[in-house]
Amino acid sequence: MALTPAVTDLDQLKTHPAMARLLAWNPAAVMAAKFDREEMTITVDRSNIREACAVLRDDPECAFNFLSDVTCVDWYPAEPRFEVVYHLLSIFRKERVRLKVRLESASPAVDSLTPLWPGANYFEREVFDLFGIRFSGHPYMRRLLMPEDWEGHPLRKDYPVEGYR
Amino acid sequence: MAHLSPTPVLEPGQDRTLILNMGPQHPSTHGVLRLMLEIDGETVVRIMPDIGFLHTGIEKTCEAKFYQQVVPLTDRIDYLCPMTNNLCYVLAVEKLLGLEIPPKAQWLRVLMNELTRINSHLVWLGTHALDIGAMSVFLYCFREREDILRLFEMVSGQRMMTSYFRVGGVALEPPLGFFERVGKFAERFPEHVDEYENLLTGNPIFMMRTKGVARLTAEDAIALGASGPTLRGSGVDIDLRRDMPYSGYENFKFKVPLAQEGDVYARYMCRVRELRESNEIVKQSLAGMPEGRVKADAPGIVLPDREKMKTQMEALIYHFKIITEGFAVPPGEVYQAVESPRGEMGYYIVSDGTAKPYRVHMRAACLGNLQTLPRMCEGGLIADVVAAIGSIDIVLGEMDR
Repeated sequence: MALTPAVTDLDQLKTHPAMARLLAWNPAAVMAAKFDREEMTITVDRSNIREACAVLRDDPECAFNFLSDVTCVDWYPAEPRFEVVYHLLSIFRKERVRLKVRLESASPAVDSLTPLWPGANYFEREVFDLFGIRFSGHPYMRRLLMPEDWEGHPLRKDYPVEGYR
Repeated sequence: MAHLSPTPVLEPGQDRTLILNMGPQHPSTHGVLRLMLEIDGETVVRIMPDIGFLHTGIEKTCEAKFYQQVVPLTDRIDYLCPMTNNLCYVLAVEKLLGLEIPPKAQWLRVLMNELTRINSHLVWLGTHALDIGAMSVFLYCFREREDILRLFEMVSGQRMMTSYFRVGGVALEPPLGFFERVGKFAERFPEHVDEYENLLTGNPIFMMRTKGVARLTAEDAIALGASGPTLRGSGVDIDLRRDMPYSGYENFKFKVPLAQEGDVYARYMCRVRELRESNEIVKQSLAGMPEGRVKADAPGIVLPDREKMKTQMEALIYHFKIITEGFAVPPGEVYQAVESPRGEMGYYIVSDGTAKPYRVHMRAACLGNLQTLPRMCEGGLIADVVAAIGSIDIVLGEMDR
């Protein structure tokens, strides 16, 4: 299983079912794509993420009907600083796809996926708690793991590992 | 942890209802789960789970450790299935490295992983039955669990926090006599499952407490992010071991138990049948265990053998470098999911090319499964909440990380 270089050329990747479906729906929403280590990553414009997920979920050929995971990566001090990462799984086709949204540090907010999958609730609350990303349209945007009166968002890279002393 | 909130999160809707706190020190919440129940008499109107009491910041700690130092941390996430956590993490790192591991190590991993599943299901079965009122099953389950913990101790020197898997293989060859002992265990285990089933499966009291209780439809289960037996109990046919095989699971033949009813009894039946299937996988892995090394030939990533270290300069240098500097992992990101006893456990690891992971995220199966609890219990009785918590097999350590 030697490593092969990642493919980032959109032309080569447009045969992938998820990619083809998104390009057919709205080519402007797809900002970048990467096929690396047998995994497909599609970066979507932040204003389109909820519609993109709905398209992938409801299309019979994609059928990414299960939201596995929502998480975030902090690329401090680079801009755009945050990457919110969604992992979708198709239970029928046994396939995964990873969607990403890039967010500037000034206003880290993105549409919530709770209208599509109520199960996004806790995952998004966790990301809000640990990274300070706001999910608009979320029914209950409060801390999940840390105490309510905690200051700061611990998984941000500028938050020290030992905490503030 | 909304418990520090100055205003109560859940306010009584009408003057008929009242708020009842269940947990975090309630024995049937399997750890430190707090449920705020709004009740109208005996009927549950709403449920609001409150978690985070076991949050230890493992994801943050991982970012400050070398890749090999993360392995012991992964044990401590889900303390009932340490090897499954180990497996998921090392598979993810091996995928990042593009490292191929020898067949014997893969088969050993499958063997240990299925023993872990049996171990975890035994704890679940014992405590779940205890919650419902069947005391003796607990004693029988823990008897067999003890045998498995002794097997773990044999290979890794530890009963619970095993840390047996390494990036590139497993830590050590199993000691002499290990396979014979596993074989004896696998031989007699189906009889023990019969024993548990005699006590529960046809028991009228158990059936009254579980059949038709805490129902969950397949659509709800998928939408709420449930996985594992919680999802299969509602009739959704997915098992990552069979459908997206990892670590050589494609070489094993096993059935995936399914149930259509979506109630507590259906989830019980799924897990009990899984006990038997896991035992079959253990037997198959013993029968077909390949010969060879248990570590990949990857100097600079896998620690050299002790003997070589004492005689060869190169090996000593590699040993020193791995311990002091770790090993660099090519930049990239992977999401590796495995079928843990509770469902889809996933590790998302981002590497920036250094010896420490840039980001490690664990997808906790329990976090998805817990979200189904309000849907299952609202409109039911308080006593059924206890049965429902047991049926989703919750482990708070995994959920809070």
